[in-house]
Amino acid sequence: MKSYLAPRFRIERDRDRCIDCQVCVRQCGYSVHFFDEEEGRVYSHQDECVSCHRCVAFCPTQALSIVKVPLAYRENANWRPEVIQDIIKQAETGGVLLTGMGADKPYPVYWDHLLLNASQVTNPSIDPLREPMELRTYLGSKPDRVTLGADGKPVRQKLPPTVQLEVPIMFSAMSFGSVSLNVHKSLAMASVAAGTLFNTGEGGLHEDLYEYSDHAIVQVASGRFGVHPRYLEAGRVIEIKIGQGAKPGIGGHLPGEKVSVEVASTRMIPTGTDALSPAPHHDIYSIEDLRQLIYALKEATGYSKPVCVKIAAVHNAAAIASGVARAGADIIALDGLRGATGAAPKVVRDNVGIPIELALAAVDTRLRQEGIRNQVSVVAASGIRSSADVLKAIALGADAVYIATSALIALGCRVCQMCYTGNCSWGIATQNPYLTKRINPEIGAQRLVNLLRAWSIEIKEMLGGMGVNALESLRGNRLHLRAVDLSDSDLEILGVRPAGR
Amino acid sequence: MPTNRAYSNPYGDDKVMAACAIFGMMDRSGRRFIGDPVVTAIANMHERGNGLGGGFAVYGLYPGYESYYAFHIFYMDADARPRMEALLKRRFRLELAEEVPTRETAGVKDAPLVWRYFLAVEGRQPAGYTEDEYVVSQVMQINSTFEDGFVVSSGKNLGVFKGVGYPEQMAEFFRLESYRGYLWTAHARFPTNTSGWWGGAHPFNLLDWTVVHNGEISSYGINRRYLEMYGYQCTMETDTEVLAYAVDLLVRRHGLPIELAAKVMSPPLWSEINELPDPERRELYAMLRQVYPSLLMNGPFAIVIGHTGEMVGLTDRIRLRPLLAAVSGSLMFLSSEESAIYRVSPNLDETWTPLGGQPVIGRLYPEAAQAESRRAKVALPWLATESAAPGRDATRRVSAPQAAPGQAAAR
Repeated sequence: MKSYLAPRFRIERDRDRCIDCQVCVRQCGYSVHFFDEEEGRVYSHQDECVSCHRCVAFCPTQALSIVKVPLAYRENANWRPEVIQDIIKQAETGGVLLTGMGADKPYPVYWDHLLLNASQVTNPSIDPLREPMELRTYLGSKPDRVTLGADGKPVRQKLPPTVQLEVPIMFSAMSFGSVSLNVHKSLAMASVAAGTLFNTGEGGLHEDLYEYSDHAIVQVASGRFGVHPRYLEAGRVIEIKIGQGAKPGIGGHLPGEKVSVEVASTRMIPTGTDALSPAPHHDIYSIEDLRQLIYALKEATGYSKPVCVKIAAVHNAAAIASGVARAGADIIALDGLRGATGAAPKVVRDNVGIPIELALAAVDTRLRQEGIRNQVSVVAASGIRSSADVLKAIALGADAVYIATSALIALGCRVCQMCYTGNCSWGIATQNPYLTKRINPEIGAQRLVNLLRAWSIEIKEMLGGMGVNALESLRGNRLHLRAVDLSDSDLEILGVRPAGR
Repeated sequence: MPTNRAYSNPYGDDKVMAACAIFGMMDRSGRRFIGDPVVTAIANMHERGNGLGGGFAVYGLYPGYESYYAFHIFYMDADARPRMEALLKRRFRLELAEEVPTRETAGVKDAPLVWRYFLAVEGRQPAGYTEDEYVVSQVMQINSTFEDGFVVSSGKNLGVFKGVGYPEQMAEFFRLESYRGYLWTAHARFPTNTSGWWGGAHPFNLLDWTVVHNGEISSYGINRRYLEMYGYQCTMETDTEVLAYAVDLLVRRHGLPIELAAKVMSPPLWSEINELPDPERRELYAMLRQVYPSLLMNGPFAIVIGHTGEMVGLTDRIRLRPLLAAVSGSLMFLSSEESAIYRVSPNLDETWTPLGGQPVIGRLYPEAAQAESRRAKVALPWLATESAAPGRDATRRVSAPQAAPGQAAAR
């Protein structure tokens, strides 16, 4: 069928600069550039360009630039170009539109409406270059009190296991399959170096990564891919994935083309078969079933590690989180509307779930109202872009945050949203060996460690500015936040005062 | 009718900030002394206050009534008193009610009506509540909902006298020369706003805990939210309140010794914990930080905590506010400034500056502590001392040459 769609991007090649060296031809995962043997020149099929900038970054003569194809539609606030293009695609394919990464629609980004405090006059700000500044964080269930025996020593409480983080930032779940093994290696090595954790996602833990497993959150998802006793034993934390912010309520589908020999053996499925994760866990149809799985995993691992339950931030997130805490979870991970994915139906990604800021505030408030906040740690995920977002999440009540998109950007990702194609020119969301070798795990880990280091320094600066020298003094401390340009109901849910008051 | 909040925080600030002078003096032998030297010492640090708050806590104040909860209540409107008293009679057995004697004092204005009540619980608490817990819940309820009146102190054998003015003015206003106690704490306040709120002055009290505080608790938002989970309601709109409630939670309800409560509020750094040679201590301190991260009191502070038989000085862990300690015989002093101690006790055995986060703890000698608890029921002490020192003038007293504390106590 003839496609009625116009290309979105255009390659502009400066012929004065281009030396026809074919670097762009080799770098592009989408075969946009090609070499014409007869003419001995490089050309581009621009209709395939996704604007991932790989060719631009690697062109040795800076001959390339990418521009939007100028294409005027009659102005219409309702029938916007994207809406029209989506309808055309569906008329041509009859299918669900797939996409990658997180919701890109202009829903309010509440982080950008929240402002942090600083000390002036009445208390001194603290200079982190001169004074200690503590970011250490423990995730897991904590008892409500320390109990001392008659001898003045603490009673040997059966303390639930916790996990120690040196920075309150962990790498969120990305499965081996959706991303390459080299990406997993980069995340694992960076976690060890930075004193944090990475998350296997639902694709299991590759043999090569067991040496880093003390920094791994091993995920148990509805497909149960790669879940076996040694895997559970190896992880530092076990995470039951109930939902994902990018696609709440639906399952996952790793197409057979991505199921390489390595992916297949890690997931314990035949090579080349589609890996389908059901929408629900078929052994969890209610909260008491979740409790059974939580305790089955705790039993299986001798109560030696925290069990996290990851849910997508949906309308009743506060009540659900309360139930999850009571079901025995040690950590609740909340994944909001802008959470990313390797592949999801576009309509679900962009229309289902609620923003993490509101969900996080509501969950923290509810757990406190019910007096069970100590029982469980709360991890916030989705769209955390900077150290300021991290601090704002912590002030709203998060114990730590997950980042994934930010980590991938550190590795080269340009958020082109084409992860589901498996053609990632940056070698991230692909299993094509020609592409995956573009990520050198040593360099990848260094880039990730640099990012965490930079954010940590910034966090320390801002904490010191607020006059506190330990992260726990900001955690849930919403008096250090003020809001601009939010409605009264937003303020009430966030528990934050408007700026100026 | 206005609630407490309308008085305490008319501008709706998230907390009322203040800087201050603090002073504490204790005779560890249990000898009850008149508070002249305490007034002199806090007045010596006049520049640290701005006349918008001063106050005193006195322990061993009501020995004849030591088994009763002594409520000091401020009425912003005299019409509130019958309502409050009807409420108190429903909730307690009222042993004695009387107006706290005051005198007209230059510069003190908008004073509330101040009464004290000696109350017994005697089984009125619900099943599963201790008497203390019942009293806490009543105080929380009154202070968060009652209109035009609130409880200033609620402990046994102690009282808080405070208000808007310099502390020496408060001493005169409340006729402090007529009281004796073995432990006094004092406070001069420099709030950063102009609200004339008598309840916002220090000391803050709950049961027999009092706190005087110099500084600002930057972690207040989370300290408050954490304490709210345990039923504490912060009604006085100052960060000092959370210190009193935190100590009550940790020591009375969770049974931690005050030394460990100090390690919760001013914990050692993780790097210091890791270097502790004793593995048991290392584990205990790490556990305290993991279980009570939300009670870390972060930001600059120096505090003197009063408690039956006990006086505790503590600063934040990087010591952003001054605190000096001194000992002279059985007397022990804590002060924002060393000069204030020398002013009232020139011959000291020892003075020192405690390290950040290191508590300084003064306790009654064991025999004195026992005697204090055995003390027989006698006539109300202020009736005797009132006549012993008639018409004394606080202002003159401050400027007059001072007797040494021992002599003052013996008088």
